[in-house]
Amino acid sequence: MKLRFLTIVAAAALLAACESAPSDTGAKGGAGQTTPAASSGIVKGSKEDFVANVGDRVFFDFDKSSLRADAKATLDKQAAWLKAYPNYSLTVEGHADERGTREYNLALGEKRANSVAEYLKAAGVAAARVKTVSYGKERPVALGSNEAAWSQNRRGVTVLN
Amino acid sequence: MILMSRIRSLAALAAFVVLGVLAALPANAEVRIDITRGQMKPLPIAIPDFAGGQPQDTRIGADIARVVSADLERSGLFKPIDPKAFIQTAASLQAGPRFPDWKAINAEALVSGKVESGADGRIRVEFRLWDVFNEAYMTGWTLSASPQDWRRLSHKVADAIYKRVTGEDGYFDTQIVYIAESGPKNDRKKRLSIMDQDGEHHRFLTDGSELVLTPRFSPSAREITYLSYFKGVPRVYIFNLDTGRRESLGNFPGMTFAPRFSPDGNKVIFSMAENGNTEIYEMNLLTRQKRQLTFHPAIDTAPSYSPDGQQITFESDRGGGQQIYVMAADGSNPQRISFGDGRYATPVWSPRGDLIAFTKQKGGQFFIGVMRTDGSGERLLAEGFLVEGPTWAPNGRVLSFFREAPSDERGRGQVVRLYTIDLTGVNERVLLTPIDGSDPAWSPLIP
Repeated sequence: MKLRFLTIVAAAALLAACESAPSDTGAKGGAGQTTPAASSGIVKGSKEDFVANVGDRVFFDFDKSSLRADAKATLDKQAAWLKAYPNYSLTVEGHADERGTREYNLALGEKRANSVAEYLKAAGVAAARVKTVSYGKERPVALGSNEAAWSQNRRGVTVLN
Repeated sequence: MILMSRIRSLAALAAFVVLGVLAALPANAEVRIDITRGQMKPLPIAIPDFAGGQPQDTRIGADIARVVSADLERSGLFKPIDPKAFIQTAASLQAGPRFPDWKAINAEALVSGKVESGADGRIRVEFRLWDVFNEAYMTGWTLSASPQDWRRLSHKVADAIYKRVTGEDGYFDTQIVYIAESGPKNDRKKRLSIMDQDGEHHRFLTDGSELVLTPRFSPSAREITYLSYFKGVPRVYIFNLDTGRRESLGNFPGMTFAPRFSPDGNKVIFSMAENGNTEIYEMNLLTRQKRQLTFHPAIDTAPSYSPDGQQITFESDRGGGQQIYVMAADGSNPQRISFGDGRYATPVWSPRGDLIAFTKQKGGQFFIGVMRTDGSGERLLAEGFLVEGPTWAPNGRVLSFFREAPSDERGRGQVVRLYTIDLTGVNERVLLTPIDGSDPAWSPLIP
């Protein structure tokens, strides 16, 4: 079930990536930012609403787990939404690109997930709602072996449970 | 660059140019390969089919000769001679080698053997290794085993030949555990898998329903510690090859990963990531006590014991980028040993104790290399878009690793394969697997 959800998310991200100019790689705040609100009967407060209208992911620079300004802007929106809909618990996934060794990338993914989780908690999301998991370089969304793909894969994804 | 001198009999006639120096070799020296010197020319060896009494013995005898040949050839140190060139027949060889027949085809070593079925259903396998130029017996043995164990007997023959000729233990009666991979890059199925070191006897140990990574053998070769995302939670497990069961190393507050057994098998060292910090821990498997070994806000991971169990090498980015460190087994006195350009990761201590193998990243490429345990004498052995995860053969002379090819935006082009390479860096071979493979771990010699 979670896998199917991730696939939808991945498709949304790729779609968003296609819509952006090539020079814009990885600098986007979230997959759903280009989607106009209430365009297709998405129920407010649903998981789809969160992905499409808030943006479920943030991106990181190479080998970094610190949050960029665009990431913080997305996480502020996530925190506001999560406080409005307190019935969801969430798992923050930390991911790395393929340009690192496997075990280091697992540790790096955990640091990224932790950065996102700590920011959300500091913004008022109850700590008990937030879990983290690292996938290292094991679950890329963009398939290419190039910077455009790697910048999409260095990410923290907030998955609603 | 590095040349291997082969000392041969009747060598009063022969002189080799070694590193540009004319070196006369001693007379009447026996067949010998010095594997510390790097390879000049593999030793020509004749391996006729082992003779058999019954038809099924003859068949097994031919199979044994084929497997022994393949093992020795892959080592890069031996050159099995095409059997079509043989003058003396396998049958007449049983009465003793006619050495002039083997000298005539430039064989320097000769293997003879036979297979006999016993009344108890077991086979008796006898082998002899001969020094052709000295016309001398070198080594041999007779073993009995169940007929289905003929492959293991073949690897033991190859190990005995390797040891007698090089002076080093062989590594052919061993297994490799690794991760078999299939499916698209963004939904990759990974399965714990095991095979003989030559790729035979392959079997999958898990079904691919959960992500598994980084398997490593216990010193008994009967257990494997690895990372599994069972129920979505990344944790270290131990898989028992005899029972087929796995157990969790324990319940910890954070993700546990990067496990490796201690040389005595009583401990597992691993990393735990908690609240954005990865540290190294040991778990005593007898007392179930956990102990933290590193205390640093950086990423400390990929620990590997020295063969005497007294030290641990690991990687840390505490100095900025990933570098290799060595500390005492209790975590005291961590010292950085890698100071070259680039990042250094996945240190693995050689079973001989003399070297540490690593993965290096520099200039957009990945490398497999070795350095001495004080960080000196770095040598890079293999290179690629992505090469990673060296593991040592038990004799410390050969490494396995994996290599991944880059893919395009549709995922096309991705190929992940296991390789072996010897310490000279000249004998790189693909280790064929049924599907893609990564994260190899070489077993000790099978007890």
